[in-house]
Amino acid sequence: MGSSSNKPELLKNGKRLDGRDFNELRELKIEAGILKNADGSAYLEWGNNKVLAAVYGPKEAVPKHFADPTKAVIKCRYAMAPFSSLEDHGRTGPNRRAIEISKVAKEAFENVIILNDYPGAQIDIFMEILQSDGGTRAAGITAAAVALANAGIHMRDLIYSVSVGRIGEHMAIDVNKIEDNYSDADMPVAISPRNNELLLLQMDGGLTKKQYEESMVMILEAGKKIHEVQRKALEDYYSINKKNTEQE
Amino acid sequence: MEIINTLKGEHIKELLKNNRRIDTRAFMEMRHVKVKRGVLPQAEGSAQVDLGTTKVLVGIKLMPDDPMPDTPNQGNLITSAELLPLAHPEYETGPPSSESIELARVVDRGIRAGNCIDLESLVLEDKKVWSVYIDLYILNFGGNLFDASTMAAMAALLDTKIPKYENGIVVREERVKSLKIDNIVSSTTFGKIDNYMLLDMNDNEEGMADARVTICTDGTSIRAMQKGLSGSFKPEEIGSLIDVSLNEHEKIKRILEK
Repeated sequence: MGSSSNKPELLKNGKRLDGRDFNELRELKIEAGILKNADGSAYLEWGNNKVLAAVYGPKEAVPKHFADPTKAVIKCRYAMAPFSSLEDHGRTGPNRRAIEISKVAKEAFENVIILNDYPGAQIDIFMEILQSDGGTRAAGITAAAVALANAGIHMRDLIYSVSVGRIGEHMAIDVNKIEDNYSDADMPVAISPRNNELLLLQMDGGLTKKQYEESMVMILEAGKKIHEVQRKALEDYYSINKKNTEQE
Repeated sequence: MEIINTLKGEHIKELLKNNRRIDTRAFMEMRHVKVKRGVLPQAEGSAQVDLGTTKVLVGIKLMPDDPMPDTPNQGNLITSAELLPLAHPEYETGPPSSESIELARVVDRGIRAGNCIDLESLVLEDKKVWSVYIDLYILNFGGNLFDASTMAAMAALLDTKIPKYENGIVVREERVKSLKIDNIVSSTTFGKIDNYMLLDMNDNEEGMADARVTICTDGTSIRAMQKGLSGSFKPEEIGSLIDVSLNEHEKIKRILEK
């Protein structure tokens, strides 16, 4: 939600500035297993967003007092690179916004990781935003879910995240940077597709209850497509690796 | 301590099965709220809110400042939260925790998205603007810091007077007018324990919660939401909590304006 002054038009001939329909996602590509050192990783491109996610662990929790003898502890880092946006050079490392996103993302992952399978262990989840164009937390979480699966972490589900915005009276899925800055509301969510429950929900701007309900319908519909891309990334990774092993 | 909490937790869950809460409230009943405005006359605005045993003090200071580059015709709003070490045995001195950052940002989001402050009325001469600093001081943790803090911040903003500004100098002893408040938001935070939904959890209940959601409204629109903890909500569960939140607004607004 930016300033009310100098607000640009976000619609042209009833369509969004990038030509998309209100329920249309930007192009989404995910590749699994691209970092050698990490136990699991994924590279994601979603519109102009470029995100690298990696998972290390399960490993022994450090420092020792941080460990939980009954279950794994999750550490989660979301951060935007200082060169990630069209604006000025940012500060390196997580700012207050990033710390909040890391917290809510961690809570979403704790819902699906079977923590009790890894007592005393720690699992690190990293989401590095290399280039940002609106909806970076959604991109980060969607990529990190693939990285977790790629690391072989026991999970109940492969979660996805997406954001909905309001442009005037229209709800619009997967808002880009300019829509995010000047829309009338923004609502990022993370969903567990097995039961369509909300694991992450944030919102600001102005929404009526009806608009919230409309958004949820849109999200669950778009989620099927996002989930499919995530699945395919994992299938591709394992089928390629299988082929390589067979050739050897 | 651990064993006491476990026993208390089991007790809370047992009571919920019989439609009861540990402090005898109804599931959608808020604790008693006490709002005191103007408790610190040296700050430009202040308020203390007691919500059950939770105590939040808010001080507002105004500083002449450069505007943000993308909003040259608006004042700035900066919200921070201190979980003071005297407020709870587990709060410690040090850099802000993720909890305190989340608290400050959620309160800020409700007030900002609700267009509560007329930021355009805060432009000074020479391209300077007022920065409005909202400092949330948590004095005692008794559960539900989100709602207590939003109420205290709103009450303190309603109490805020703008000091005199002349030739680039702030004359704090003289206050020229009240801060222009265009809209009032109210925050309602719900917990989910074993699929039971509770409004305004106390500290014992919060320790047992699977999921938490804060819904901030102005009575007509939802202005901000934030889900927390590792549990989940069904979309329709959030829908019915939105109804409760919209209904609670008038009551909270009346308490704030009193």
